[in-house]
Amino acid sequence: MVDFLNPTGWALALLQMLLFSAGAPLLIAWVKRIKSRLQNRRGPSLLQPYQDLRKLFGKEAVMAHTASPVFRAAPYIVFGATLVAASVIPLLAIELPTTAIADVIVLVGFLALARFFLALAGMDVGTSFGGMGASREMLISALAEPAMLMAIFTLTMSAHSTNLSSVIEHVLDAGLLLRPSFLFALLGLLLVAVAETGRIPVDNPATHLELTMVHEAMILEYSGRHLALMEWAAQIKLMLYGVLLSNIFLPWGIASRLDAGSLLLGLVVIVAKLAVLGVILAVSETVVAKMRLFRVPAFLNLAFMLSLLGMLSHVILEVGA
Amino acid sequence: MNLMHLSLLEQTMLVLSALALFLSFALLAQARLTTMVHLFAWQGGLLALLTAVVATVGGAHHLYISALLTLSLKALLIPWMLHRLIRRLQLERHQERLERQALVMMSGAALVIFSYWVVLPVARLELADTRNVVSLSLGIIQLGMLLMVVRRQAVAQVIGFMSMENGLFLAAVAATQGMPLVVELGIAFDVLVAAVLFGVFFFHIRESIDSLDVDLLTRLSEAEQEKLASEAEGDA
Repeated sequence: MVDFLNPTGWALALLQMLLFSAGAPLLIAWVKRIKSRLQNRRGPSLLQPYQDLRKLFGKEAVMAHTASPVFRAAPYIVFGATLVAASVIPLLAIELPTTAIADVIVLVGFLALARFFLALAGMDVGTSFGGMGASREMLISALAEPAMLMAIFTLTMSAHSTNLSSVIEHVLDAGLLLRPSFLFALLGLLLVAVAETGRIPVDNPATHLELTMVHEAMILEYSGRHLALMEWAAQIKLMLYGVLLSNIFLPWGIASRLDAGSLLLGLVVIVAKLAVLGVILAVSETVVAKMRLFRVPAFLNLAFMLSLLGMLSHVILEVGA
Repeated sequence: MNLMHLSLLEQTMLVLSALALFLSFALLAQARLTTMVHLFAWQGGLLALLTAVVATVGGAHHLYISALLTLSLKALLIPWMLHRLIRRLQLERHQERLERQALVMMSGAALVIFSYWVVLPVARLELADTRNVVSLSLGIIQLGMLLMVVRRQAVAQVIGFMSMENGLFLAAVAATQGMPLVVELGIAFDVLVAAVLFGVFFFHIRESIDSLDVDLLTRLSEAEQEKLASEAEGDA
């Protein structure tokens, strides 16, 4: 049980939020680096995203005449909601007060809140690109969310709890088990993560091609610190999904006690896991081509089928009479 | 049933059978014939691996022979024959989009749930620890049947038929440690002969109606078709 009055726990939760915001640009840079290497390029330095963010924060934020207060507030709301969502996920240690308060449905809710304001901001100025991007984002997320929730329900049914730290504890307690339901849930969540974070084959984060862009179309009107916050939030979202996947399905190494040694081990292990996940993402993005927007429903349909099969195989094979 | 009571090999069995069910869904959704054949071959390979695992778990050595048989027939020989057929019929680039794909997939999931419900009383018999695989295999059989219903392409229907047989085989292996070797040999060669016969039939169908779309078989004869055509001309 988590001690809510323990100041170390809260300090660690704060530290974890800082780690999320500080580590996210590095993860993006790592993925870019590996991708460049695979394409026989040298690639930018690992510190490039930090320099980009610093540059953007130093610039003046230009606003369109037609922009409403929603447009002005959206970057702060999107960034805040994403950061709070990140604090729900156990990064280094399981028993943190923030992860004990909120469960996984709250996490999905925070992400949906961020996405809602992102789409509103895209439509606010009234340019055609913004509206187009917002409608595409809504199409993708409306199809991705059921798949994600179905995969998460599969996990929570095994652990008998919707709280992420209890799920992780359950997986740790059970030891090495080959569960068909977890395998399918992992595959389904991987596809959802690719769609939600706007990576290839659903969206290409590296281009501003008007025919294909989704996320970039929504933030096209932003500049200066607003743009910096939007991009930073997108980077945190990628790291959030990476940590979610690696800590739920392969939780070994995460600290279950709050002492320096196990926390340090947790840090090393999560960095290694994210590095491996980044390599997998970069390789898959190099091998797979961006698909047409009208193929995305089929892609997410596959994700939903995988999650549904995870649920079915949990009921039939793991619980069944 | 608690997974923790099963050994690692038995858990592997469950994972393999769940993957075989997933491949049945993939077969249902796949538009390209050549990819369907590949998926079918993978399903056969999974079954062979599963049979070998069951043989190791139960110490039933005759199952190794049937694993070898499954691997050579269902994962190698029959897919190769189907491939050759598709090449000779020049269907390599043939694609058949399913109408209402999401609906078909959902009804597939409903069929799996239905087969679980049907098998529930069977599972209460004290067979093996992994008896729940029976409901998955019934699901594979039903998905194969669904594939034959929703597809119009004759080659796709044959693949559906063969995957139904895969489901039967899975049930036999998982529930009762396999059939007697004689029966198994008989079935294996039945399937092989069926594959050969279907090949001959494909050419006959294509010769008579110039296509492998079985919906065209509802017209009774060429004479009737000509009559219809001349009537249409008369109207004009």
